[in-house]
Amino acid sequence: MRRAGVVALNTFREAVRDRVLYSLVFFALLMMAAAIIVGQISIGIESIVIVSLGLSAISVIGLLIAIFIGVGLMYKEMDKRTLYALLAKPVRRWEFLLGKFGGLVLTLTVNTAAMAAGLFLVLWYVKHSLDSEDCAVLVAVYFILLKLALVVALAMLFSCFTTPLLSILFTAGLYISGLFVQEMRTFRSLTPKPALEAFMRWLSYLLPNFQNFDVMASAAHGRAVPGALILENTIYAAVYCAIVLLTAAAVFSRRNLK
Amino acid sequence: MTTAAIETENLTKDYPSGFLHLKKRRSLEGLTMQVEAGEAFGFLGPNGAGKSTTIKLLVGLIFPTSGTARILGKPISDIEMHQEIGYLPEQPYFYDYLTAAELLDYFARFHKLTGAGRRERVERMLKKVGLETAGKIQLRKYSKGMLQRVGLAQAILHDPQVVILDEPMSGLDPVGRREVRDIILELKREGRTVMFSTHILSDAEMLCDRVGVIVGGKLRGVGAPDEIVEMKAQGMEILFEYTGSAASAAALLGKATQAGNRYRLQVAEGELYGALEQLRAADAKILSVTQLKPTLEEYFMHLVDAGRAQAAAVEVSGT
Repeated sequence: MRRAGVVALNTFREAVRDRVLYSLVFFALLMMAAAIIVGQISIGIESIVIVSLGLSAISVIGLLIAIFIGVGLMYKEMDKRTLYALLAKPVRRWEFLLGKFGGLVLTLTVNTAAMAAGLFLVLWYVKHSLDSEDCAVLVAVYFILLKLALVVALAMLFSCFTTPLLSILFTAGLYISGLFVQEMRTFRSLTPKPALEAFMRWLSYLLPNFQNFDVMASAAHGRAVPGALILENTIYAAVYCAIVLLTAAAVFSRRNLK
Repeated sequence: MTTAAIETENLTKDYPSGFLHLKKRRSLEGLTMQVEAGEAFGFLGPNGAGKSTTIKLLVGLIFPTSGTARILGKPISDIEMHQEIGYLPEQPYFYDYLTAAELLDYFARFHKLTGAGRRERVERMLKKVGLETAGKIQLRKYSKGMLQRVGLAQAILHDPQVVILDEPMSGLDPVGRREVRDIILELKREGRTVMFSTHILSDAEMLCDRVGVIVGGKLRGVGAPDEIVEMKAQGMEILFEYTGSAASAAALLGKATQAGNRYRLQVAEGELYGALEQLRAADAKILSVTQLKPTLEEYFMHLVDAGRAQAAAVEVSGT
């Protein structure tokens, strides 16, 4: 585990030096513009618009980083052969993979935390105060982070055995499919074929359920998120990530690095 | 009985090929060899012969199709074995956002080196490879030769017992090659086992206790550079000066090559004394008599040609 930690810290350093955190500048500019414009065009619902816009921006920026950097994380190491010297050290391949995952999740956590702080700053600027209802925004940010960790794990799994382009397509495809799992489960109302209905139901349980992580509407309206959902999503993300990473480790551990 | 530092037994590697990976391409076939502890072993062969494949199998970057290999008595799948080996990949490339000092510090963390010890070790290694003034420059600004030196530094950073270098002289200028040679000699003096692949036969001849020649995935010959070339002694060469015109020397002069008054005559070992008698009788001044040995390069080329001829024969009989 110590060795995975060493890889994780270096991955974080790589992300910082590759200017990944520059995305914060874009977010800051977006939020400043929103704070100025929203105040003029949306009387009475400023905070709803600010929270919705802020959380969407955090999610989209995080997703772009998770998919593109997540895919590149493994592919770059293999393509440029930077991991050759490293794997000759006493490092197990799964430790390397786990370290890479941990490093990018750490980067995303810092990035998301900074953006969340920016969002609260703008919210305070617009409302001139912060109250307990705004805790739901924190929960929404936490759910975005869980979702991003899951996306990173998927991106890393695909990049262990296929090209970057296909890895991006597969990860993005799974993410989009994962936004419609509830619809898949209610598919029976749309088709008379029981076999197809059963297939869609199984598929819906196999796919990562990204719908569960979306509490933006509740957060924007200041509605509290149930504690049970927080626990459920935390366990779901942890278990799903573990399964995906174990699969990735199994694939990567057998891969010949030619 | 001493344990061999590196030993392989019937090590074979096939790569899948073809559209659906249904075919197999054999890259290494039944490699059985030993590298003794403390020796410098040169692994020679043309491009695509299987040198890098062997090295990658030993350090665990690829996995054997069949056969086994052990380093210091431990199977290559044992992760603890990696504490005792250092590896320089061919044409190494490292994280270009790091400085050389940061890269070495990063690698040192995998070898249980503590803070102060790590810093001291990194500084010592940078000095050893002549990069002490460039240690704080990002690797993206390094030349190929400098990257090779960083690669060498990371390979020996943790004082490994066995050092495996894949083409360590590649891309280096004469000064860089000399420095790498000196480092290899120093490692050898320290009693470490060094195995390296190279195309530069003069380096192998100069540095190695033994060499192995691999062609077409098969090991064709192993031995000390002197031993393996002596097996094919090619006769004797007499260097002499002659200014006369004795008829008795005419036959020999006709076979010799001339440069001014000096002649170079090649004869079979059994004919040496007869030729010397004739030259002495003709008042020629004998300057030297040397045994004609093929160079390592000639031996290498002989094996390469034989390997290619064999491969061609197999191909023809298969069609």
